Amino acid sequence: MADYIRKISKNTRSNLITVGTIILIYLACQVLIGAGMMSFLMKGLLMQFCYYGMLAISLNLTVGILGELSLGHAGFMCIGAFTGAFFSKCMINVIQNTFIRFSLALLVGALSAAVFGVIIGVVVLRVRGDYLAIVTLAFGEIVKNVLNALHIGIDSDGFHAAMGAGKLELKEGGTMIIDGAQGIIGIPRNSTFTISVIFLILTYIIISNLVNSRSGRAIMAIRDNRIAAESVGIDVTKFKILAFTISATFAGLAGVIYAHNINTLESSKFGYNMSIMILVFVVLGGIGNIRGSMISAVILTLLPEYLRFLKNYRMLIYAIVLIVMMIFNWSPACIKWRKEHSIKDAAFRLAKKVFKARKEA
Amino acid sequence: MDMLCVKNLSISFGGLHAVDSFSITIKKGELYGLIGPNGAGKTTVFNLLTGVYKPDMGQIFLDGKNITGLSTIEINKAGIARTFQNIRLFKNMSVLDNVKCGLHNKYKYSSLAGIFRLPSYFKTEKMMNEEAYDILKVFDLDKEADTLASNLPYGKQRKLEIARALATGPKLLLLDEPAAGMNPAETEELMETIKLIREKYGVTILLIEHDMKLVAGICEKIFVLNFGIELANGLPQDVLNNPEVIKAYLGE
Ligand SMILES: Nc1ncnc2c1ncn2[C@@H]1O[C@H](COP(=O)(O)OP(=O)(O)OP(=O)(O)O)[C@@H](O)[C@H]1O
Ligand SMILES: [Mg+2]
Repeated sequence: MADYIRKISKNTRSNLITVGTIILIYLACQVLIGAGMMSFLMKGLLMQFCYYGMLAISLNLTVGILGELSLGHAGFMCIGAFTGAFFSKCMINVIQNTFIRFSLALLVGALSAAVFGVIIGVVVLRVRGDYLAIVTLAFGEIVKNVLNALHIGIDSDGFHAAMGAGKLELKEGGTMIIDGAQGIIGIPRNSTFTISVIFLILTYIIISNLVNSRSGRAIMAIRDNRIAAESVGIDVTKFKILAFTISATFAGLAGVIYAHNINTLESSKFGYNMSIMILVFVVLGGIGNIRGSMISAVILTLLPEYLRFLKNYRMLIYAIVLIVMMIFNWSPACIKWRKEHSIKDAAFRLAKKVFKARKEA
Repeated sequence: MDMLCVKNLSISFGGLHAVDSFSITIKKGELYGLIGPNGAGKTTVFNLLTGVYKPDMGQIFLDGKNITGLSTIEINKAGIARTFQNIRLFKNMSVLDNVKCGLHNKYKYSSLAGIFRLPSYFKTEKMMNEEAYDILKVFDLDKEADTLASNLPYGKQRKLEIARALATGPKLLLLDEPAAGMNPAETEELMETIKLIREKYGVTILLIEHDMKLVAGICEKIFVLNFGIELANGLPQDVLNNPEVIKAYLGE
C-alpha cells in the first residue's frame, strides 16, 4: 500500500539529489574563485554552462518529451536576449534598482519568447516530423535575419524603427538602441554566476516536475501515440502548445541571462549553428533525459575550449570526439555501467551501510 | 434502456462503401459481438463510433445523447473508450503511467499545481495511483506496474490496453479483436477477465472478434457485417447457424 507513496517521492528524491549536486559544484566553484585557484578561462565558462544547460533542458522538453524535432531553438533564445536587453537599455535610467530592472528584463524576455512559442506551437499542430523541422529551422533564421536588419533608436520624439542601415533619422541627442548587425551595445552586466545557477536549478525543477505530472504524462502520451492519446480524452492541441510554450519560455530566459553577460549582443550568434549545437547537447545527454541534457551541455561547452591548442584542427577533432562519445555513450556496455554506478544508487548503498553499522553498534 | 443506438451509419472511401446503413441498438450492460470476414468494415465501425472518421450519413446516440460528429476526445468524455486492433500503447511509458493516462480526465489538477508541487498535486496523484493499481489488479498487471509497456509480453499488452480504456470510466467499451495473437489459455483467461470487468464496472461492451469460440462463449448478441452491410443480427445460436453467415465465412 505504501508502494504508491514511495513512487511519488522517488521523483522528488531524485530531483533533490540533482539539485544538491549542482549546489555543491556551485559552492566548490565559489571556494576555488575565492582562493584564486580558478583559471580565467574557467571563470568565463561558468555562466555558459548555466545558460547552455537551460537551453538543453528546455529543448529536451520539445524533442525528448513531446517528440517533435525543432531546429530553431536559438530563435527563442534570440528573442529573449533582444527583448530583455532592449528593455534594460531603455530602462537603465528609469529604474535605478538593478534587482528590479533585471527581474523585469527576465520577465519581458521570457514572455516575448513565450508568445512566439505559442505561435510556433500552433504551427506544430499543422505540420509534423521533417516538415516541422524545416518550419522551426526557417523560424530561427527569420528571427536572426530580421534582427540583423532592425534598427531602433530613441530621440526627443520617442521611438523610431526601420529595417536596413541608414534609414533611421534620429534627432540631435538621440541614441541608437538596436543597431542592425551591430546589435545592442552597452547592456548592463547584470547576470552573475549565482543568478545563472539559480535559474538553471529553476529550469531543471520546473521542467522535471512538469514531466512527472499529469500534464507531462499527457505530453508523452501524445509523443508515443497521438491516436491513442485522443482515444483516452487527452487534449492534443492544448498539451502540444503547452510543451512548446514552456520550452520557448526557458530558452528566452537563457537568452536574457546570456545578453546581460556580454558587451555586444549580435543576432548573428543565433544562427542555426547554435540551434544544432543545443540539439547535440540533447541527443548526447539522452533524448528525454533532463539531467543528461545538463551534463552534456557542460561537457560539450568545456571540450572545444580545452581543444584550443589544436588550432586549425580544433573543430575537426571536436567533431570526431563527438562521434566517439555518441557511440560510446549509447553502447550497451556503457548503459549497463551507468545503471550500476549511478550517483543515486551509490548514495543509497552508502546510506544503507551507515544505517547497518549504526544498528550493529 | 438503450446504451447505444446507431441509425443508418454510412461511410465510403472513394467508391468503396466500407460501411453501409449500419444500424444497431445495444442495451445497457449488454455484451455484443461484431463479426465478419476480413475487410468487412468492423474496425471502420469503431472508427466511426469514436469520431476518428466522420460519417457521410447516419446518427449515433450514446445513452440518449446525440454524439454524431463530435471529436474523438469529446466522445471519450461522453463515455466511449476503445482498444485497437494493432495495439496502440504508450510504449515508452510505464504500465502504471499508461493507466494513469486513462485517468487523465477523471482526476485533474492544473499544470501549475504539478510544476510547483502544490497540495492538490499530491492529493490527486495519490488518488490516481490508488485507482490505477486497483484497475491493474483486476488485470493481474499490478506486479508489472513499473515495467515499460513495450517490454510486456504480447498478451499482457492487449490486457493493458483494455485496462487503460477502462480507466477513462466508459459507459461503452469497444474492443477490437482483444484475443488476436493469444494462445488458447490466454484467450480463456481473457474471456474470464471480460466477464469480470463487465460485472465489476457495469460497462456495456461491443467486441470485434474472429475467435468464434470466444464470441459464442460470452456474447449475448451477435451482429454480422459483410462488405459493409448487415448480414445477420440477433442471438448467437440463430446467427451462427444462419446459412448466409456460414456461406460468408466459408466462402461459396
Ligand atoms: N482510411 C481508409 N481509407 C480507405 N479505405 C479504408 C480506410 N479504412 C478502411 N478502409 C477500407 O474499408 C474496408 C473495411 O476495413 P476495416 O478495417 O473496417 O475491415 P475489418 O472488418 O476491420 O477487417 P479485419 O478483420 O481485417 O480487421 C477495407 O476494404 C479497407 O481497405
Ligand atoms: Mg479490423
